[in-house]
Amino acid sequence: MYDSGKIIPGLLIFVLFVTIPIWYNRGTAQAVPEIVLPKDVESCVLPLAAIRSDHMKLLMTWRDDVLRDGDRSTFEIEGKQYQKSLTLTCLQCHANKEQFCDPCHTYVAVRQPNCWDCHFAPVE
Amino acid sequence: MKYAFPLAAVIALVLIALIGVQIPGMQYLFGVAIPYLAMALFLGGFCYRVIYWAKSPVPFKIPTTCGQGYSLPWVKQDKLEAPVNTGQVIARLFLEIFLFRSLWRNTKATVHSGPKLTYESSKWLWLFGILFHYSFLVIIIRHMRYFLDPVPWLVSFVETADSLLEIGSPLMYTTDVVIILGLLFLLARRLFNPQVRYISLSNDYFPLFLILAICITGILMRYGLRTNVDIVAIKQLAVGLVTFSPTIVAEISSLFYVHLFLVCVLLAYFPFSKLMHLGGVFLSPTRNMANDSRMKRHINPWNPDIKPHSYAAYEDEFREDMVEQGIPVEKELPPKAND
Repeated sequence: MYDSGKIIPGLLIFVLFVTIPIWYNRGTAQAVPEIVLPKDVESCVLPLAAIRSDHMKLLMTWRDDVLRDGDRSTFEIEGKQYQKSLTLTCLQCHANKEQFCDPCHTYVAVRQPNCWDCHFAPVE
Repeated sequence: MKYAFPLAAVIALVLIALIGVQIPGMQYLFGVAIPYLAMALFLGGFCYRVIYWAKSPVPFKIPTTCGQGYSLPWVKQDKLEAPVNTGQVIARLFLEIFLFRSLWRNTKATVHSGPKLTYESSKWLWLFGILFHYSFLVIIIRHMRYFLDPVPWLVSFVETADSLLEIGSPLMYTTDVVIILGLLFLLARRLFNPQVRYISLSNDYFPLFLILAICITGILMRYGLRTNVDIVAIKQLAVGLVTFSPTIVAEISSLFYVHLFLVCVLLAYFPFSKLMHLGGVFLSPTRNMANDSRMKRHINPWNPDIKPHSYAAYEDEFREDMVEQGIPVEKELPPKAND
């Protein structure tokens, strides 16, 4: 083997670089985020799977409807009227941003959504 | 038709993962066993290829120069195009790796009526090549948010910068658009440029189709078919893989397994394909050697070890035979004792 003085360190750096996730986590996974669900409410405005995958789209649709188009109409689920509103609908049950929004958003580093550019996070 | 077989192969790979993962229990094959196998093949194969190359001797000093070499003091040397020392070689390699400098010289030959042959600068390959490579780099850095826990600052920063345009929800990544544009250009170039099409082989098309399929499945998971793409469960699996305690806690969309399987195929295929230019660029004798053949003697490593043999020593060795054959010698034989 020629130039082993340069090639072996180079290969070592490459292997260490590729395996950064192994060194960084040091073999232990952090706790998986647990979100606190409201106790006295059974259902959300959408089924669980849809909320999980599409809550950001729903919030943006509401924002566009209400703020850009001035459409403040309510919608009905199981005989109950809901408003298209983060504060008046979502935050009524999920009142704690640190316990409900942040765990997952921080865990997978989803950018802090721009909800809180305008809205105040509810204070306990 | 050299693109048909690779395209069919990529479609087959998609179908293998799409159908395979429907079978109960196969999630562990596609989510755990194959990723480990692919990573082992990638690292092992990469080291094997680099060491295999390192075992090949370079008999001649063969840097490609395209500028004024080192000469008399009043002749200005082109330090990047004809480097003479390690520092200049490193500068040249750095610019080659980070800015694709040699592609900047790409020319396009055209025959006009006359016939007249012209060469003009053609920077499209450089532009889309560099867009593709840097997008891929940013995408890999972004994906580290699934493997690193807690997510380091740099990864969040890259992710934020990439989604800075704040288009749509979930936010559009600039690199998602750019990498697709880059790949489509690189593919179109092979398909529509007659000269490039003529020299393109199946193993040129396969990585393009494979990476395109990886990008499309990834983009679909983010912007389209989001059902069951449970990002928390996916991160649990990814962190589990790198901490050697993998778990699959929830039903994850089969689209995710297709994406993962294609990435595994890419990793396993990487060391045995043209994609090894990642390692090969460092080991190119035309790039990593200094143009100093008039300053330092380059010795072919496979030269046999030949000792110098002067005429005096030669005559010492063969004097008796020479005298016997009547060949004149500079130094006569010593007088014999019995004379």
